[in-house]
Amino acid sequence: MSSPSAAELAARVRRGEVTATSVLEEHLARVAAREPEVHAFCLVTEDLARAQAAEVDRRVAAGVDPGPLAGVPVALKDLLCTKGIPTTCCSRILAGWRPPYDATVVRRLAAAGAVMVGKTNMDEFAMGSSTEHSAFGPTRNPRDLSRVPGGSSGGSAAAVAAGFAPLALGSDTGGSVRQPAALCGVVGAKPTYGLVSRFGLVAFASSLDQVGPFAANVADAALALDVISGHDEADSTSLPGEPPKASAKLGLGVEGVRVGVIAELAEAEGIAPDVARRLREAADALASAGAKVEEISVPALRYALSAYYLIAPAEASSNLARYDGVRYGLREQRADMTETYIATRSAGFGPEVKRRVMLGTYALSAGYYDAYYGKAQKVRTLIIRGFEEAYRSCDVLLSPTSPTTAFALGAKTADPLSMYMSDICTIPSNLAGHPAVSVPFGTGDDGLPVGAQVLAPALGEAEMFQVAAALERLAPAPAPATGAER
Amino acid sequence: MPVTVALYDGRVDQPNPRTSISPAEVAHVARLARLALSEEELSMYTTQLAAVLGHAADIAALDIEGTPPTAHPFPLADVFREDEPRPGLDRDEVLSQAPDVEGPYFRIPRIMGDAP
Repeated sequence: MSSPSAAELAARVRRGEVTATSVLEEHLARVAAREPEVHAFCLVTEDLARAQAAEVDRRVAAGVDPGPLAGVPVALKDLLCTKGIPTTCCSRILAGWRPPYDATVVRRLAAAGAVMVGKTNMDEFAMGSSTEHSAFGPTRNPRDLSRVPGGSSGGSAAAVAAGFAPLALGSDTGGSVRQPAALCGVVGAKPTYGLVSRFGLVAFASSLDQVGPFAANVADAALALDVISGHDEADSTSLPGEPPKASAKLGLGVEGVRVGVIAELAEAEGIAPDVARRLREAADALASAGAKVEEISVPALRYALSAYYLIAPAEASSNLARYDGVRYGLREQRADMTETYIATRSAGFGPEVKRRVMLGTYALSAGYYDAYYGKAQKVRTLIIRGFEEAYRSCDVLLSPTSPTTAFALGAKTADPLSMYMSDICTIPSNLAGHPAVSVPFGTGDDGLPVGAQVLAPALGEAEMFQVAAALERLAPAPAPATGAER
Repeated sequence: MPVTVALYDGRVDQPNPRTSISPAEVAHVARLARLALSEEELSMYTTQLAAVLGHAADIAALDIEGTPPTAHPFPLADVFREDEPRPGLDRDEVLSQAPDVEGPYFRIPRIMGDAP
């Protein structure tokens, strides 16, 4: 895309060369032109955005620095709480809910001078890999409107890919930032667990959820992460101490960097041949640039998908018990409370949420706990140990992000297991709590973007983005600019 | 609702512990999760949950008895802060989002049946 980067926009606004208002209006014009066909947003907050942009302009005029994201339009996944602004998780059960507080990441973006253009569409409660499980209807991939954008943060990925905003935030529980980033041809990162505050992020699976940035390029993604990361006393799982600077090593190249190509994910069953081929090219390109590339085996990863689809639903079944029609959201009132719970939840939750809540309830229920949930937790240990072993000989690991390029709308909705397989390469990092980033690397046979995933050990964000930036420079010519498609 | 289940006993030589779930079990789980299912939904979810559990049979069959479980990626201890008063959420603002209130309270339907 020829649009200026978020960093460049912020620099121009800070220097007074362009106003935040004019930057915003340019982006709103793109929204007006293409949003009807893409449907990236469930809510466009034009009035708020104009007020925020005007405030940034006032600061610049008064000689006050608005911050590192001065005047940069951002789109926020609709499970990040925004005070007084509807936050629905794209579920009927939260329709119309206006949170009484802002998520910490929302406050940090605003404090850095960012301008919020809207809340983005998503799979209901972040459960899905295509954004088709939204109560507001699906988002379409801006690069091919017949395809899904991926999910669950498909609206955020599509918003960046369509040029509606240079930056967006999503959440990643099993790949929900990285997989849509790959399918839409943008950069998407899941930080180390605990690096970014979860306060005000509506919970799906609390031991896996992390907020992560989308951007059109690696440097912008690292910049956004540096703005939102850091300790927050409002989140008891927030890591103490200074966060690593994600953007510290972007220009260093990969000379001598040890890169392990994960055998279990590079050529696994279900990885499309064109995606596997692009990954080999990515590995070769890194080797040509001076990296020490080797193939590495992490056998426990074969069990990651099964473990995830027991652990995440189990945690979800507990987290989503709060939607009871008492304090907020929908209530379908009946004669007594139990019948009210049942009527409210049955009417308010969509099919994928019901499926996962039941799966999790089953995995945690008497008689099955040890065989399923308990076993999955032990597999989680094996995966963490497997990564530890791999990182003795490697600095970062490499795999595809998604086993295929963007698939057609409706292709996987009838078969949940086939949809779950979309997350096979991204899930391991969530189970381990490690960071990973998807960076576009060429296209598949269908001309649609392929994402390469760079994985790093906990708090290895700087090295992860270092390698991602190198891949970005080494990538084949990008897909044709957005807007020219059917 | 009585549900009979064939429980996997942890032996590795029992390779396929559970590849199916019965409609009665799904109905039971739905009740536990406070969800009502139509006959059509019951049939659909039975098929779909069986497919996912069938996939998960690979880990149910693993012999990893001595491996400790991981509930959380990092061993964080409980976090404490000084017990100093600070502003909380505005009560009226919170109550304004509730489906039904009475004065400063959330109002709900009855939670108990009639006295015998």
